[in-house]
Amino acid sequence: MSAQLLNYTLHLADNSLIMGHRLSEWTGHGPILEQDIAISNIALDLIGQSRNFYQYAAQIKGDGATEDSLAYFRDAHEFKNILLVELPNGDWAKTILKLFFFSTYQYYLYQKLIASYDKQLSAIAEKSLKEVTYHVRWSSEWVIRLGDGTEKSNKRIQNALEELWDYTGEIFVPTDYETDIAQDKISVDLSTIKNDWENKVTEIFDEATILPPKQKSENNGGKEGKHTDHLEEILKEMQYLQRTYPGCEW
Amino acid sequence: MILETNISTQQIWKTLDQITDPEIPVISIVDLGIVRDVKLFPSPLVEKGQGVEVIITPTYSGCPAMDVISMNIRMELLQRGFSNIKITQQLSPAWTTDWMTEKGKAQLKTYGIAPPQTLSEKSQSNRIDKMLFNDEVIVECPQCHSKNTKLISQFGSTACKALYQCQACKEPFDYFKCH
Repeated sequence: MSAQLLNYTLHLADNSLIMGHRLSEWTGHGPILEQDIAISNIALDLIGQSRNFYQYAAQIKGDGATEDSLAYFRDAHEFKNILLVELPNGDWAKTILKLFFFSTYQYYLYQKLIASYDKQLSAIAEKSLKEVTYHVRWSSEWVIRLGDGTEKSNKRIQNALEELWDYTGEIFVPTDYETDIAQDKISVDLSTIKNDWENKVTEIFDEATILPPKQKSENNGGKEGKHTDHLEEILKEMQYLQRTYPGCEW
Repeated sequence: MILETNISTQQIWKTLDQITDPEIPVISIVDLGIVRDVKLFPSPLVEKGQGVEVIITPTYSGCPAMDVISMNIRMELLQRGFSNIKITQQLSPAWTTDWMTEKGKAQLKTYGIAPPQTLSEKSQSNRIDKMLFNDEVIVECPQCHSKNTKLISQFGSTACKALYQCQACKEPFDYFKCH
């Protein structure tokens, strides 16, 4: 049970950290100042959420692990994030759409996770939900603006959709560590939020006048540690300092 | 260093009220609603001494000010003679701007930040809907008090603020978001 709880907590932590890290790559490069600040703020929220999950994971692990050791000293195959979050940012449209898919998932997940029998997961979900609500709102507005904007912006978000759509399936394919503790009302049964996610996506896509591809193949494996090379690249940069100078502090 | 015995929690609250938010240095951490509780416990480390536990909650998960705030609390209490100091971070119940005091809101306004509106009569789920479905709130300009203001960005100079502009006096200003 505690092994599954640890894996589940790490999965939630890794999702937030890798998504947050990707978004932070925009800092200083945003299309305009306000949006640069917005995306950096969202990155900060996500990295903050991941810290809360890592601190809890370290406590469960209890072998001297810390939030930092979990973030900086695990290899790619030990990370349990979904593949969607590790994909490169691409252009603004791709970044936005990726965030929209992810935030919408987090929004419904945390609403359910608040009811978890695990008090700490519940507390983190309660705290994070308020922040994620802003992320959903901000990214939804952008999906609509790009989709229902100019011919060029519509084409860009449509292209992003072709690239990302196959990665959204993984969100709702549960691993053993999610299923096992869902019965104990610790994790969220993903089948209970799938419809909500799909409805929200459809609603925003309608308004944005974009259509998802009819075919959907599923790119899975991230939750089990089978990643694309992109994660390796992220970790190389993110972990560089701690791996080179272990324990170094500001 | 003076060792204060029989100190009351009330006195500690007063001490904490001297500590300001590092990013908004006009409002104290007590007025901001970050300090949730203060507890005294017998400290075996110091003879007749007391240990103190301060329970704080972050405004936003990624708020970088929390570490500085914890350090400032520790420094302030050390100066008051406490050596056994415990600072506990608590996430639930999640911080809300409703915990900000009226005094704090007035201080924000004077400083040029529009204070958050109180939505306490709303239930939590209504509140989330309100945030999600973009029900715009009317924010008063802290400079000229015009209500004719416009949202520029939901995200401002720090996680807790949004950026607005006054249509009357044209000044851009920060709005402390309802949360």
